[in-house]
Amino acid sequence: MENLIALLVGAPLLGAAVLLCGGRRLDRTGHWIGTLLAAVSFAIGLALFADMLGKGAEERALYQRLFTWIPVEGFQADIAFQLDQLSMTFVLLISGVGTLIHVYSIGYMEHDERRRRFFGYLNLFVAAMLLLVLADNYLLLYFGWEGVGLASYLLIGFWQHKPSAATAAKKAFLVNRVGDIGLSIAIMIMFTTFGTFAFGPVLEASGQASQGTLTAIGLMLLLAACGKSAQVPLQSWLGDAMEGPTPVSALIHAATMVTAGVYLIVRSADIFNAAPDAQLVVTIVGAVTLLFGAIVGCAKDDIKKALAGSTMSQIGYMILAAGLGPIGYVFAIMHLVTHGFFKAGLFLGAGSVMHGMNDEVDMRKYGGLRTYMPVTFVTFGLGYLAIIGFPGLSGFFSKDKIIEAAFAKGGAEGWILGAVTLLGAAITAYYMTRVMLMTFFGEKRWQPDADGNPPHPHESPRSMVIPMVLLAVGSVAGGAVFEFAGFVEWLEPVTGYEHGHPPIGAAAVTACTVAVMVIGVGLAYLQYGRRPVPAVAPRGSLLTRAARRDLLQDDFNHAVFVTGGTHLTRSLVYVDHSLVDGVVNGTAASVGGLSGRLRKLQNGYARSYAVSMFGGTAVLIAATLLMRAV
Amino acid sequence: MSAPAVASSVHTLWTTAAVEPLEKIPAPHIEYTQLAPVLIVVGAAVLSVLVEAFVPRRGRYTAQVFLSVLALAAAFAAVVGLAAGGYGSTKAHIAAMGAIAVDGPALFLQGTILLASIVAVFTFAERRLDPADHGHRVDSFAAEAAAVPGSDHEKAAVRAGFTTTEVFPFALFAVAGMLVFPAANDLLTLFIALEVFSLPLYLLCALARRKRLMSQEAAVKYFLLGAFSSAFLLFGIALLYGYAGSVSYAVIADVVDGTVASVNPALAGTMGNDALLLIGFAMVLMGLLFKVGAVPFHMWTPDVYQGAPTPVTGFMAAATKVAAFGALLRLLYVVLPGLTWDWRPVMWGVAILTMLGGAIVAITQTDIKRLLAYSSIAHAGFLLAGVIAATPSGISSVLFYLGAYSFVTIGAFAVVTLVRDAGGEATHLSKWAGLGRRSPLVAAVFAVFLLAFAGIPLTSGFSGKFAVFKAAAEGGAGALVVVGVLSSAIAAFFYIRVIVLMFFSEPKADGPTVAVPSAFTTVAITAGVAVTLALGLAPQYFLDLANQASVFVR
Repeated sequence: MENLIALLVGAPLLGAAVLLCGGRRLDRTGHWIGTLLAAVSFAIGLALFADMLGKGAEERALYQRLFTWIPVEGFQADIAFQLDQLSMTFVLLISGVGTLIHVYSIGYMEHDERRRRFFGYLNLFVAAMLLLVLADNYLLLYFGWEGVGLASYLLIGFWQHKPSAATAAKKAFLVNRVGDIGLSIAIMIMFTTFGTFAFGPVLEASGQASQGTLTAIGLMLLLAACGKSAQVPLQSWLGDAMEGPTPVSALIHAATMVTAGVYLIVRSADIFNAAPDAQLVVTIVGAVTLLFGAIVGCAKDDIKKALAGSTMSQIGYMILAAGLGPIGYVFAIMHLVTHGFFKAGLFLGAGSVMHGMNDEVDMRKYGGLRTYMPVTFVTFGLGYLAIIGFPGLSGFFSKDKIIEAAFAKGGAEGWILGAVTLLGAAITAYYMTRVMLMTFFGEKRWQPDADGNPPHPHESPRSMVIPMVLLAVGSVAGGAVFEFAGFVEWLEPVTGYEHGHPPIGAAAVTACTVAVMVIGVGLAYLQYGRRPVPAVAPRGSLLTRAARRDLLQDDFNHAVFVTGGTHLTRSLVYVDHSLVDGVVNGTAASVGGLSGRLRKLQNGYARSYAVSMFGGTAVLIAATLLMRAV
Repeated sequence: MSAPAVASSVHTLWTTAAVEPLEKIPAPHIEYTQLAPVLIVVGAAVLSVLVEAFVPRRGRYTAQVFLSVLALAAAFAAVVGLAAGGYGSTKAHIAAMGAIAVDGPALFLQGTILLASIVAVFTFAERRLDPADHGHRVDSFAAEAAAVPGSDHEKAAVRAGFTTTEVFPFALFAVAGMLVFPAANDLLTLFIALEVFSLPLYLLCALARRKRLMSQEAAVKYFLLGAFSSAFLLFGIALLYGYAGSVSYAVIADVVDGTVASVNPALAGTMGNDALLLIGFAMVLMGLLFKVGAVPFHMWTPDVYQGAPTPVTGFMAAATKVAAFGALLRLLYVVLPGLTWDWRPVMWGVAILTMLGGAIVAITQTDIKRLLAYSSIAHAGFLLAGVIAATPSGISSVLFYLGAYSFVTIGAFAVVTLVRDAGGEATHLSKWAGLGRRSPLVAAVFAVFLLAFAGIPLTSGFSGKFAVFKAAAEGGAGALVVVGVLSSAIAAFFYIRVIVLMFFSEPKADGPTVAVPSAFTTVAITAGVAVTLALGLAPQYFLDLANQASVFVR
């Protein structure tokens, strides 16, 4: 079975190669090839999953070594895969949701003349993401990590004719570089400390390294996770990334790639377990981002940006859970998977709405769409219920567990984290209800697009509807399946698990969760359900205005990094021009001048040359004798 | 003293002389097979003179080219045969009554000289470049060397389509001398070899077809200064003889080491006098440094390189340098290892002056041939850095560098012969502007050579320079390496400047044309490029070869 692992990556990689190199003759069939190969990957994943279920918990991990990538003395890097329960979970999520989104894109991108290229990039993304989660060492993981970054860049900027898309792609790429540097430094520290990159040896030996080293590795890994998963302080790119086509937002910037940071932390559990300081920072980052994203989500009128804020916030939950240690790892992953379903479903729903509304994204220009797009309304609604944690739906189980685990952390920390997660749950309910109400309920506030065409909202084609329905099923049932089919036992051999005991009792926590959810929904209903939504956004409070500007993240980055960087560059340029160039040019000029003067010695007279030789010989003799004398 | 006693002593003298039998003078023992490379070339040179005398003018060119190439190839085969027979390693020994060493360095350098000479002879034989003159195909050499430039006699010779086919015997004699030079194992052989290869070179320098006055001036300068330096060398040899009582390298080395106290009772007064040794050494050294073109004995180089016919310049720059460095290595490593602490500081100074001097003065040159001349001076400095290492890896690195450098040099000068205008070769740099636009292939090839000169990776220049500097650094000459790298940086400037000029400047309206050469020059240039890239991309085989060949026999 282990020989199939390479095919998981290979199939979509082949698709990317064929589609990107195949040229125009594949324009008519390219999207089918891409979808088929993604589906092949999913089918292989299912086969491996079935095989894995048939084995005992300890024998489930499979390994496949393809070849040695960098065979250098003392620096051995292999192309080798490791498929354990954690990787398996991701493989199914990536290839499954990935395939659905391929199908969805067939309809969504139907009128785009570069559709073949789009599918090539999507396949490239799936291959890189699978490589990331299947790698058996950090260096290969890094390879996949950069690969998904590349695919993300290409897809955000897919409509590169729009300057905003090109800029967003560049921004995502640059911000991700910061995180990637963290990952590369972490890998370098690992190599110098442990002499290898392979997960097994590194994680086993992690107990022996010093506390400082482990904390350093942990913080660098966290930096990497912040970049890829849009966590504070590297969160600024995610909102702009919504410039990409909506399927991209669903697959890459909601369900899979942005969760790579969570995977990284959970995969490196042994390192974090041994470095409590790093863990504390992880929880802080998670908690801050959770609120940050939620607040931003409340203020956005752009439906995709509101969802992007929500994504950030939900990943904040996962990071927070991953920072809690063995009591949280399993739930981080569980929430990751359920989130993958409902958030992908929500994005696809948003895409469906946009598809029917002339690509309008401003929710203030929606309203009353539920009767025009019944399927979209229902599937979106189920996703909405899942994310706010409506009892019985998937988000309820996973989020509730994280909140419990946060309280179970113990001490003041536990109380603070628990309170934050509860607050986050309330805000989640609030902003998601707001999205729901503004889009599907209330008055029609439709406006003609820039060309003057009034919108004619209609249900989307079947290729788009089917994935939405399937994802809605996942959103509804996923949590219960995990809860009752033993997700904890499934992952425990890989991540470890300790049952956390919240100080106020699990039932009380659940009650609180439901209560805050109801409060959030109620507030939103009062504000957006009972009153008509103004077509032009009101000025709003100071906080609202700041939240609309993403809590001033870009202003901060601009003031500190851009302006600071510009000043630094200018002063360096000044130093370069005046000092460095001065020295260099001065040297060059003096060498040139010397050359001109020495050249005069070469006057063409044999007699002068003879004198030079005579003098040279005299000096040679004198020097030789002098050397003997001293 | 009584008269009869005197008579008797005179008689005794006479009778002794008369009676002492001839058999007491042993017949010299000559190992002909081991000297075969030299003997083949000398024989061919003599034959070549006869060709010049007896073969009709029409057939001479073909006969000479054929004979020269055949002889050089046969000599190279002989070198390979000797090396394969183990004479480069296990069977290395001193042949011809102690006059000639047959060992690894000698065979390696002889092989290099022969290969370079074959390529050089190809450039000598080129007859397509000059537009047909009165219906005759002519080469780079004067129609009739003895004719006064510009005279009616000369014009008549040109009209008659005369060519100086004597260049081939000259070249063969020069090659013969060069083959002996690095193998010479006593000072007299060294001197004779020096003269044997220098005199034909002086003549060759005077034979340019165009700009004859300049060519003759160059030859006269080279001859005068060469004679001057030979005088120093000879005087140095005399002093060393006075010190050691012998001209044999082995004996001198033994006396320097102190293992042999007295050789010749007649010289008891001077033997072992260190002043003689040091002064004599410095003078011999000067003679060799003159040949390699080290500062401050370099001043002939630019004038001669510029004035000589370009094929001769290439030949001289490549083969002379190989031979002279071979002799220098043998002198320093075989004769004077006991003096290492005396010669090293002096050589440090010479190497630094040579590297910096060559590189700095080259910057302001405006003539491509002079530029390459200064470049060769700088390269002599880099080679000296390898010599100074005083380690086996120093020897092998110098051997490798010489092999790499000689092909780049001949190739580069061969390219120079292609770029022509109405007055012959267009050597002024301003005329090379925009060459890359009009003749991209020629310009690209020249760029490869320039990059190799500059020591850019993937060319032989890098491999060689790296080997030499590495050896020098390991030999404790780290500071020298720093100077070497700095000079390389300075040198890179003027090499790259030519590339920039060729590719990024607008071509001049009345610029030169690039002549289409015959197979001869094409082969020469191709060989240059091939060796340059081969030694740059996969130097290991040749480095190993040089390593195996790096032990001098004593």
